[in-house]
Amino acid sequence: MSDHLTDAVVEARGLHFRAGASHILRGVDLTVRRGEVVALLGANGSGKSTLVKSLVGINTPTQGEARLLGAAVGSGVDWSRVGYVPQRSGAGGGIPSTAGEVVASGLLHGRRLRLPRGWRERVAAALDQVGLGDRGGDPVHLLSGGQQQRILIARALVREPDLLILDEPVAGVDVASQEAFAATMRRLVDDGLTVLVVLHELGELEALVTRAVVLGHGKVVHDGAPPRPRDDHDRAGHRHQHPHADDDNTLGEQARALDLEVRP
Amino acid sequence: MITLMLTDPFMQRALLAALLVGVTAPVVGTYLVQRKLSLLGDGIGHVALTGVALGWLVGVGAGLTPNDALAVPGAVVAAVVGSVLIEVVRRRGRTSGDLALAIMFYGGIAGGVLLIGIAGGSAGNLMQYLFGSISTVSDADLWLTVVLSAVVLAVGVGLRHALFSVSHDEEFAVASGLPVWALNVVVAVVSALTVTVAMRVVGLLLVSALMIVPVAVAQQVTHAFGRTMLTASVVGVVVCVSGLTITYWNNVSPGATIVVLAIAVYAVVSLVAPLLTRGRPAHDPHPDLPDDVDLPAAASERAAAAAKECR
Repeated sequence: MSDHLTDAVVEARGLHFRAGASHILRGVDLTVRRGEVVALLGANGSGKSTLVKSLVGINTPTQGEARLLGAAVGSGVDWSRVGYVPQRSGAGGGIPSTAGEVVASGLLHGRRLRLPRGWRERVAAALDQVGLGDRGGDPVHLLSGGQQQRILIARALVREPDLLILDEPVAGVDVASQEAFAATMRRLVDDGLTVLVVLHELGELEALVTRAVVLGHGKVVHDGAPPRPRDDHDRAGHRHQHPHADDDNTLGEQARALDLEVRP
Repeated sequence: MITLMLTDPFMQRALLAALLVGVTAPVVGTYLVQRKLSLLGDGIGHVALTGVALGWLVGVGAGLTPNDALAVPGAVVAAVVGSVLIEVVRRRGRTSGDLALAIMFYGGIAGGVLLIGIAGGSAGNLMQYLFGSISTVSDADLWLTVVLSAVVLAVGVGLRHALFSVSHDEEFAVASGLPVWALNVVVAVVSALTVTVAMRVVGLLLVSALMIVPVAVAQQVTHAFGRTMLTASVVGVVVCVSGLTITYWNNVSPGATIVVLAIAVYAVVSLVAPLLTRGRPAHDPHPDLPDDVDLPAAASERAAAAAKECR
């Protein structure tokens, strides 16, 4: 496979996405290499979720190409190696289902339409990883918002992916759960997981992130070291969930010019 | 008296058909409720009526006896074609889909009545399909029912995890590389087959009730998808077989009796279910988590404790 040659696990070339009259992605180039933890930042409406959905095949780009693990997004991708965590989903139909049932659905991918042998143990292990080991039999709709979010993470982890794509996994999750999530991610990244994560602010994951890509109006406006938060971040009434960055101000001016602030 | 009923060959066929329908309809109904498409069965039923009339027309044209020998196969074909069309429309977008579905439903009924007239029959001939006529189930009908039920069960139960994934969170299923479109068509086709299987038992107008009401009953007593499906099937079998048994001794419509019975079960369960769950203790879902906010009350408590310690 070509990903062995290029080492690129995620590749987007000139992605455009239009929905009706709005031109949401305007030529996005993005590469994530093996072992990287890339944060995708940007204001609301900058196209972060649209980009991620185009990468996993939910959105069909109007122009350009997306590749995962060296294969064009579609049936050629080895989906057993890719885990996707959507932004808190409104999904879940008319029938209540248990946390275990939802997590088990993560074991199905590509042409695998039936659960593999030993699925119960794998589901239990994935629930353990997100600290919900005793909740497998609970109906998902009765869990709290933060717990539901963790179920979605467990559903992506259960297939033991090499690449994890997360869309705001910690939005609206309390600090204790964010810390637990960051610790889990640290362990997985140390084991060789590659991560592309949409974030509103770096938060507890700051120490893990190796590179940040910032979208603005559907274009990549920054690709490199994680940007420093804007200086007025300590203004009165501002609440933040991340430690203050050190005095390394290499990005300062540039970041301000690009409006790289991370609003609460 | 029971042995009298069980040795009656008409009743044997009818009971077997009712049993099969009771098991299969709720299995498929579970997926439809999950996708919030509870009325899909109704839509397919309308389209199947055109198929019945078409089968009749072809049967008359080919000089077959009885005239309606091809009615059930015709219904199968029309229901499958109709359900796939509905899925195509659904995929292309919701706003126009709603309207297109409505047109399809009305077209199904109108087409059925029109075609049966051309075939030399009357709308009255359609009554047994609209409201069921389980007592006239022939050996050939029964075999078709057995085969179709087997197909529906094999798919509905065998692929339940994949079908659950697609019905529960379609976007995630796409992002897992699952053949979502194919699985959606499978659900549509299986629904169509179920409609035609249940047609002889409860009739096209009441088919949907048998798919949906047992699921509604099950939902009140369980919170898991798999268990909902299982419970619904048990409810389906119980109401179908007991409804049919009632009509063996009382001259009432089997289809209507079965549906009324199912709704009665639903009513009773919805009254009783809250009493059963009342005894369970309420629990704090996060007993071990600290609060995220610093409350002034908690701060003054801490200050008081600190002051006590100092003393």
